[in-house]
Formats: sequence, C-alpha cells, structure tokens
Amino acid sequence: MTATKPISDLSNHLAAGESFAASAAGPEWLRTLRRNGLAHFTELGFPTTKLEDWIYTPVTAITKLAFKPATAASAAATAVTAQQLTPFAFPGWTGSRLVFVNGHFAPALSTLPAPQPGVTLTNLAAAIASGDKLVEAHLSRHARVDESGFSALNTAFLVDGAFISLAPNALAAEPVHLLFLAVPSDSANTAQPRNLIVAGANSAAKIVEHYVSLGGAAHFTNAITEIVVGEGANIEHAKFQEENLEAFHIATVQATLARASRFLSHSISSGARLARHNINLVMTGPGVECVMNGLYAVGGKQLVDHHTVADHATPHCASHEFYHGILGGQSRGVFNGKIFVRKDAQKTDAKQTSRNLLLTDTAQVDTKPQLEILADDVKCTHGATVGQLNDEALFYCRTRGIAEVNARRLLTHAFASEIVNRITVEPVREHLEQVLWARLEELIEKK
Amino acid sequence: MSQPLIEIKNLSAAINGKQILKGINLTVCPGEVHAIMGPNGSGKSTLGYVLAGRKGYDVTGGTVTYEGKDLLELPPEDRAREGVFLAFQYPVEIPGVNNTYFLRAAYNELRKHRQQEEVDAVDFLAIVKEKMKLLELPDAMLKRSVNEGFSGGEKKRNEIFQMAVLDPKLAILDETDSGLDIDALRIVAEGVNKLKRPDNAAIVITHYQRLLNYIVPDFVHVLFDGRLIKSGGKELALELEEKGYDWLIGKHGK
Repeated sequence: MTATKPISDLSNHLAAGESFAASAAGPEWLRTLRRNGLAHFTELGFPTTKLEDWIYTPVTAITKLAFKPATAASAAATAVTAQQLTPFAFPGWTGSRLVFVNGHFAPALSTLPAPQPGVTLTNLAAAIASGDKLVEAHLSRHARVDESGFSALNTAFLVDGAFISLAPNALAAEPVHLLFLAVPSDSANTAQPRNLIVAGANSAAKIVEHYVSLGGAAHFTNAITEIVVGEGANIEHAKFQEENLEAFHIATVQATLARASRFLSHSISSGARLARHNINLVMTGPGVECVMNGLYAVGGKQLVDHHTVADHATPHCASHEFYHGILGGQSRGVFNGKIFVRKDAQKTDAKQTSRNLLLTDTAQVDTKPQLEILADDVKCTHGATVGQLNDEALFYCRTRGIAEVNARRLLTHAFASEIVNRITVEPVREHLEQVLWARLEELIEKK
Repeated sequence: MSQPLIEIKNLSAAINGKQILKGINLTVCPGEVHAIMGPNGSGKSTLGYVLAGRKGYDVTGGTVTYEGKDLLELPPEDRAREGVFLAFQYPVEIPGVNNTYFLRAAYNELRKHRQQEEVDAVDFLAIVKEKMKLLELPDAMLKRSVNEGFSGGEKKRNEIFQMAVLDPKLAILDETDSGLDIDALRIVAEGVNKLKRPDNAAIVITHYQRLLNYIVPDFVHVLFDGRLIKSGGKELALELEEKGYDWLIGKHGK
C-alpha cells in the first residue's frame, strides 16, 4: 500500500493523540505501542476511496464528526443504570457480562462469573496494571497497526477493553457477554475499545461481543479485537452490532489460529449508519477448521461493509464462509472475501458463499471474492448471488395457502435464519431473532 | 353423476407468447381419479401450473370452473385454501424454514379460511404424527428445513405428506412417480389411495403407466401438443404401455 496523502484535516485527531500520549499512564512497552499507533495514523490518515480496500466505503462523514475520545473519567461519570441495559440482555442469560461504557470498563454494571481456575475474565486496563505477561506478549502482535488509519488510531488511544485468557485445557464454564455501550455526549462521542483473547492449547470458550447505543445521537466506535487460538483450542466468537442509525462503526477482528484449532466466527450487523467489519483469520498450523458466518440486515441510507480474510498459511486447513445480506431502502452492502492460499498450503479446503437479497430497486450491493492461490493441490470454491426472493419458492408457498406477503416474510426470515442458526448459544440466538425480526419487519414494511 | 368438482373448457395457455395448451376440455367429478398421460413436452406440467395459478403461465382462452367458481380469477393461495393442491414434480427447497413450521402455517391458513380456530404446535404435532405413519416417514424429517437436502424420493413423499395433512378436494399430482424407486412408489401410491374418498378427486399426471398399477384411474386421457387427443378407461393406459404414443400421435399429426 502506498502512502496516499491524507485529504482530511487530521489536526484535531493528532492534537488529541499527542495529548493522550503525554498524559496516559502505562508501562513503557504500552507507551511505545501508542506512539507507534500515532505515528502510523499521522502517515496514513483516514482511508479514501482511492484505496482498493475502501473503494465502496467513503468515510468522510466520520472525519467530519468532531473527535471527542472518551476517557476513563468521562466514562465513569456517565450515569447509566442497570435498568437501561435491559433491552440488551439475552433472554434467560445466566453467564457473565462485562459492560464497557464508551470503551471503558464499568464494573458496577458488570456481572463477573464465579472464579474458575485457568479462566481470566477482566478488563484490559486491569490486566495491564497487574502485569499479566500474556498482554505484553500478544497485544498488538496480531492485528496490523497499519491495516488502516483506523487501526492506527485505535492503537494510539489504546487503554481499555476486554481481556480473556484461558490456560491450557481450561474450558470456560459459561459463555461470556461483552457489552459495549456507546453513550454519546457533548464531551465524549468516540469509543475505541481494544480486546484481547488468548486461548491456551485445548481450551474452549464462547464469547459474544455486542455493540449498542443509548440514545440516537451520532457517535463513533473504533474497535479492535485480537484473538489468539492455541493448538487444539475451540473458540466461538460472535459479534453483534446493533448501534443507533447515526453511529459509525469500524472494527477489526484478528484471529491467529494454531494447529488443529477450531474457530467459529459470527458477524451480525444491523445497526449504524456506516459499519465496516474487518475479519481476518490466519491459520498458522495444519488441521485448523474455521467458519466465518455473517449476516447484515440494513435499510434507509445505511452502509455495511465486510472485508474478510482467510489466510491459509499452512497445509490441511479448512475455512468455510457463509455471508448473507438483506438490503432495503437505499442501503448499500459491501462484501469482499479474500482467500489467500500460500505456497505450501497444500490440501487447503476453502469455501466461500456470499448471498444477497435486495428488497428494493434502490438498494445496492458490491460483492467480490478475491482468491490468491499459490499452492496447486487445493479445493477452493466461491459463489456470490445478488437478487430478489426466489419466484419458485414464493409460488410453492402460495400453492400451500400462504399469501404472497406472508410468503415473502417467511422466506426473508428464513434467509436470515440460515445464518443465525449456526450460533450455538441459544439465548443469543433468541435475542438476535427478536431484534432482527423487528428490523426485517421494518425493512419489509418500508420497501 | 354428481356435480362436477372442476370443469375445464377449451382452456388454452401460453408461456412467453408460446402457445402450450390449445383447448383442453376435462370434467372431474368427486370420487374420480383421472390420469393424464403423454410424451414429454405435450403440456402436462403446464396444465398443473395453470390450474395452480403460476405467474408467467398466461391463460389465453377458455374457462375453469371449480365448485361453481371461476378458478382462474383466484390467486394461487386462494385456490389452495379452496382445496386445490398441486404436488410438484420438482418440490422446492426452502432452507431455513422448518418443515413442520411450514406445514402448520399452511394448515392454519386453510383453517382461517374456513373460519376455524388455528391449531398450536402441540396439537399440530399429533395430527402430523398420524399422517407420517401413512407414508412411513422418519420423525427426523419434521425437524429439517423444507425439502432441503432431501433425496428425490423423500421430496416426493413429503409432497404427499403435505397433501395428507392439508386434505385437499382436488389433488393434482405432477409426475409424482418420477425419480421414485419401486418401494417408494408403492408407499406414495398407497398413501394416495388411502386418502381417496367419495368427496375428493385427483388428477394424476404421469409419463409412464407404472404408477397406474398402484393408483387405479377411472379415466385416462392422452395429452399431445396441448390437446387431449384420446380418453378412455384404465385399459387405455395399458394399451399405451404396450404400443407407445406413436400410433395415436400419427393419427393426429402436428
């Protein structure tokens, strides 16, 4: 990537970054990371549509939003009550829940699990303060600081987020709910959480990253989650973004998958005016099996963009990817699925499907598979569809007495269900069904 | 003879401007089974689709009267609610929709239409279990998505299972025998026979006589080039099996 001259005025962001770098506490290695982040941000600025990875996703509106990063103090002063979190609770949930307000841990709103040997579940700032060696070893070692100006910016402001570590063979007793609550105000409208999950060999856990807003004011979430999956470990990671329709959401999930591990990724995105999800999986040892499962349901003038990478760096790995999009109003969808099979990654089994349902003539989607295959004994397939509901299926429903409008509803829901059903945590599925169904009804009605 | 259930008069239909049906006349009374046979491309499936109301199958002439009503005026869902059922030659897969859920939605649409109360999942399961025995279906099929990943035989059995639950007055079976092995054929045919009553009727569309060894028709019609060119009793099917269609077609030319 050549350095493109930043077109937007970065002076506010840079000044805030300088002042943060000077004032924020932390060990020297962390301060170095932040300085490095700021240096990259200075160089990269915000991406423009001249960059291939951002060609369909203009971010000018984000650069125009006054940049007011939330601080730990401002987040702590936010008067959020437990009651306000009720709409974001999963039905019948008994697991733990870590709540972050504008990217900063809110212990009073959180429910921590009973301590379990080998399982650490805390916030990143606390883990750094306690001198946990895993943090230094892994933080910012997996996600690229220069993936874009956004990842550089997140790193420049790196201070808090979730930290989960599993000792070898530790099996987390219950799924974990990480709730990221944006509470935009005059003094803070930007949250930049940084999450780190380190799963030791043969460990297992299910983690839900959940992004929501209180109120309808514009705000900006710029998140990075790094996940390190050890040999033979089994991790399910679900990300659900339902922020308000003025929000900007930019996020990266970066996972490094060791030999014989299993990783199941879900990305469900229905909120935000503009949402960009980067999901990058790197298979570093043979025998990895990973699944990328995604659903976006948007309307109005929303834009939702998924850029995924399945990097087959070693032989005998399988990556299967299923993305469904439902687009109403004048919304736009972007899907770019990169499969990278490196020279020695023989016997790779990579499969990718991207299917999109346009509910209106004015909705639009750009879907692009991007295959780079340098090995010769591999199985790679990809397929993309963009269209309306299947006429045959509609007719079939009608011949069974189901009215056309209900048949459309049934088939649209079914299209979403195919993705939601892959989530193995039932209360999460239930919550998603409620939220998504309501959203789909809106999209169908408004068409 | 009782009142006709359906009366098709001089029905013609076109797809994309191409005339497929060129004047079909057929009357079916309650309690009767009519077989429609004919070579490929003669218009058999088109007839089924036109009666079910598929978009793109344009009626260009004639009338269809069903229980005294103009069938062609009704949208497909209303035809179904009035008791017309089409068993598809190629049943459609609907991923993400549970088979039982789908069937209950359909069943309740019929009940609402008859101003009966809707049934809940528990009561419906009892109804369904009984009908499943009829078709020797495994329970697992209830939990799967509609037709998704079903074998050809399972799809056909699922069609007849739906028919058993929805209990139509007029069943149109479009090549239900194609793709079935002999055991599946027997099961499907026995299912159809058990559902036969004096107050319902069936139109069985088939290419081969084989199915008619099991479902014995009262009348057999030969469809060729969009017209019924010969009608007779069940012995006509045997004659066709023996001599093929050529002797008939030869007489009619094209």
